[in-house]
Order: sequence, then C-alpha cells, then structure tokens
Amino acid sequence: MLIYLAKRLGASVVILLGVTVVTFCLTFLMPADPVAMIAGRNSTAETRELIRKQLGLDRPLIVQYTSYVTRLAQGDFGRSYARKTDVGDLIWSRLPATLLLMLGAIVAELLIGIPAGIYAATRRGKVSDKTMMTLSFVGVSAPQFVVGLSLLYVFAYMLGWLPLGGYGTFAHLILPALTLGIAGGGWYSRMMRSSMVDVLRQDYVRTARAKGVPEWRVVMKHALRNAILPIIAMIGLDIGIFMSGVVVVESVFGWPGIGQLMWQAIQAVDIPIIMGVTTVAAAFIIAGNLLADLTTPLVDPRIRLR
Amino acid sequence: MTRANQKVRGAMGAIWTQFRKDRMAVIGLIVIAVLVIGAVGAPWLAPFNPNEQFFDGLTLEGSPLPPSERFWFGTDTLGRDQFSRVLYGAGTSLVIGILANGAAVLIGTLLGVTAGYIRGAAGAAIMRFTDLMMAFPALLLGIALASLLKPSLFIVALVIALVNWVQIARVVYAQTLALSEREFVEAARAIGAGPWRILLRHLVPHLIPTVLVYGTLGIATTVLYEATLSFLGVGVQPPTPSWGKMIFESQSYYLTAPWLVFIPGAAILIVALAFNLVGDGLRDALDPTQRGRR
Repeated sequence: MLIYLAKRLGASVVILLGVTVVTFCLTFLMPADPVAMIAGRNSTAETRELIRKQLGLDRPLIVQYTSYVTRLAQGDFGRSYARKTDVGDLIWSRLPATLLLMLGAIVAELLIGIPAGIYAATRRGKVSDKTMMTLSFVGVSAPQFVVGLSLLYVFAYMLGWLPLGGYGTFAHLILPALTLGIAGGGWYSRMMRSSMVDVLRQDYVRTARAKGVPEWRVVMKHALRNAILPIIAMIGLDIGIFMSGVVVVESVFGWPGIGQLMWQAIQAVDIPIIMGVTTVAAAFIIAGNLLADLTTPLVDPRIRLR
Repeated sequence: MTRANQKVRGAMGAIWTQFRKDRMAVIGLIVIAVLVIGAVGAPWLAPFNPNEQFFDGLTLEGSPLPPSERFWFGTDTLGRDQFSRVLYGAGTSLVIGILANGAAVLIGTLLGVTAGYIRGAAGAAIMRFTDLMMAFPALLLGIALASLLKPSLFIVALVIALVNWVQIARVVYAQTLALSEREFVEAARAIGAGPWRILLRHLVPHLIPTVLVYGTLGIATTVLYEATLSFLGVGVQPPTPSWGKMIFESQSYYLTAPWLVFIPGAAILIVALAFNLVGDGLRDALDPTQRGRR
C-alpha cells in the first residue's frame, strides 16, 4: 500500500510538472503583449524595455521556465498584470468559494443520481425505468448555462424563492450547486441503476428474499451498501469535470470563485492568473484522480492495488 | 454477391433489428434526420435572411419581439428573425459536432491503437501524454486555445478535437491491450500472420463497435462544448450563426425576452440528447451483454 502510494505520488508530481510546461508554453502563444498592457498606450520604448527586463521576459525561455517552477514550488504565482496584485493571494482568496460550490454540486448530484438510479433499477424494464433513463440523458445533454439561466428564471424571477445570483448565504448556493451537479446526477443515476441491477441478481439478495425480508429492506439495506460502492469511488473524478464547469456556472451566477477569476483573466489576457488558475486546477484534478484510485480499494477490498 | 458481403449484411441487419427495439434511440435518429434536413435546406426553408435586420422587428422602444405569426421564434436584439437564425445555427452545430468529433475520434483511435498494440517506449510516451491531458480542465484549455487562435468555424473544431481525443484514446488503448492478449491473436501469429495483418484483419474489426459508440456519444459532448465556448464568447465569430453565441449575445435580456435564451438553449439540448440516445441505442445493439449498464 505504501509503495503504491509513493509510486502514485511520484507520478502525480511528474504530471504536475508536465502541466507547468504546457501552461508555460501556452502563454507564449497569447496574441497580446503583456508588456504593452502594463505600460499602457502612451508608454515610450524605454519604459517598455524596462518593464520587459523587470518581468524577466528578455531572458532565454529555459531560464524563464526554471525560475517560474522554482517560484511555484515556493508558492509564488507571480503578480497579476492587470490587477497589480499577488496571483497566489487572489487564487487563495477565491478558492474557498469554488470549493464550497463543488461540495454543493457533489451533494446535489448524489441526491439526484442515487434515488433516481434505485428507482429505475427496482422497476427494471418498465415504462418508469425507461422514462427515468431518458431523463438522465436530458440532464447529461443540457448545456450548463441554459440550466443555470432556466433555474434562475423559474426559481428566482418567476417564483422569487431564491436570490438572482450572488454569494453569501445557503440560499445563494442552491441554484449554482444544482446547475453544476445536474449532469453528474444524470450519469450517476445511470451508474447507480446498472450497479443496483447487478447486485440485485446476486445470491445473497436471493437468500434475503427467501428468508422473507421485505423488498424495500432488501433494496435499501442489503443491496444498497454494495451497489453504492462504485459511485463513491467515482466522486474524486468529478473534480476534473467541475473545474471546467465552474467557469460557466460562476459566470452565470456571479459566484466569486476561481472560475470567474479565470474568465476575467482570459478577457484581460492576464497571463499570470491564467497560468496560476490552470496550475491550481490541474493540481486539484490530479489529487482528485489519486483520491478516486485510493478510495476504490477502500470501499471494495476485493480490488487490490498494484 | 460474395460470402463476406452476405456476412456483413447479416450483421448489419441484426444490429438494426436490435437498434429498432429501442424506441428512444429511433426517435433520436429521426430528430437527427430532421436536423440534417433543416440544416442543409436552411436557405430554402428559412422564411427570412438570418442576418437581415427588420425595421418592424423591434418594438417602438427597441426591444425584441416575442414569438408571433410573422416571427415564429420572435426577433433578437437587432430585430433579426430568430427562427431563421436557429435554422442556420443547426448547420454550425452539426458541422462542428461531426468535424471536430471525427478528428478527435481519428486522433484518439490512432494513438490508442498505437499505444496498445505497439507498446514499448512510444506506447508508454503516448499514454503518459494522455495522463497529462487528463490533468487539464478541458474547458480551460479549450478557452485558452480558442482565445489565442482567433476562432473561425474550422479553428473551433480543431480546438475541440485537440481537447477531446483523450477519452477515446484511453478506451481504445485498454481494448487493444486486452484484445492483443486473446487467443485468436496468438493463433493468427502462430499461423504466420504479420503484424499489419493481425492489426488490420483481427484487431481493428473488434474496435469498430467501440469507436462507433464513442463517436456518436462524442458528437453530443462536442455540440455542448461548442455551445459553451460560444456562450463564453470564444467560439465561432459572427456572422456565422451559432446557438451558443445567440445566447451569449442576449443573456442579459433573458428576464425580459426569455425566448432569446430558451429557444436556442432547447435546440442545443435536443441535438445533444438525440446523439446521446442514438449512441446509447447503438451500444446496446452492438453489444447485447452490456445492455442497461454504464
């Protein structure tokens, strides 16, 4: 177990380094010149040269990359070109909002997916099963910005039950979390259904039924425990999908997280922020994948790690 | 007719018989057919030029008009007929969906087969690269690429392909790896078949169902991805009509003119749903043992 953990951690560090290489290369393809952006329109050639030197943009690429990674390792993400503040501080101050949103989305997708999957599995082959599975595809196929705007229209504008975007209370969290989690809910309901169908075929379930255990108890107590395992093991992988989703959801709901920060940075060609957010997001995704790999054998000891 | 031909027709028939039983998948197929007709026939079917701004297309205060007999889906903020724009947008969505996803499937399959069949250092390098790509949030990478490449229809398709090949590469890799351990491959090798023959005659035919299913499901993902890029303003540029772009342009009016957001939004949902249903139906038809799983 420890050897496996060490190997996986080592591989994760290598991937993270790869991520920094790619983000570093990407920024050089950016069409806008960061020096011109900082210096402003009316700057002289001398000022621009001075800024170029200050940013270290006159040095060879490999030197720039090495110093970038060294500073990253010390937690220094550089300074934002447009906001003139420390990128690390910006990201850390916005990360809690994004993590809260993701947590809400995980709760939402489990609350949608698990009951829907159980419902469909226990009515296998019936019209209600088919309807549920088609609905799950509707959840998967709906663009997040349309879901977000629809929820806002119905629950905030027409019914007035929830706030029209913003951040602060639990009521503010409900709609964004639902928007981010609805596609996952669709996938989980399909997974939960097939997992439950498999488990309900097993011998111990037949034994329980033969003993005269009521059907709801067979499903909710005997089968559910095993059927839910593959779903728990998948939660870590959601982080990757959510890291993309937050850009859309945060911009629709005005949620002050790193997705919104990323979006504003791309419009302002604020390269240090783009690099910083991408790197932090990638670190979370790698951690999430690692978590998924590690929870799989924890929830199901039959799977051995290699 | 040769015997091989008869066998193929028999297999296609069996698949179709299976597929036909899935009513939702058949509905999906019909929806796709209608969309293709609508997209190809847009110049003849659309009541108006999608870029024409009508003087009577706005209220006196300059707000867009709700759906009416003249403008079926209402007008947008510039007084253009939204029904015509939605009809033309279908083409953009389908072209990108098929082009980008086709390219992604091609890249993913080539890399997956190479890594799974040839293995060695090249295979390992390919798989490490897919691991690296998996660590990137797909949308962030797409936004960054699209915003620096000045998106045209073709560039957007390319960006999506560059981001989306990873999933299929991993699936094809795993399957190639498993297949090349099977006895029929060993048997082929034992009777003296060369590596190319084994690859093309024995492995690739087994991969076709997977590629077909993922290829169809991938179109749904791609359509959503294009819509999202356009919604964020880094997708296809005007005057090319795009559903995501239409929502981007009018999202601040969604409370006063909801038809501007919800009609194109419903269009995106319907296309993605249709391809998902067909892909799901194909999966069941091509592999009866996997029915109802996922």
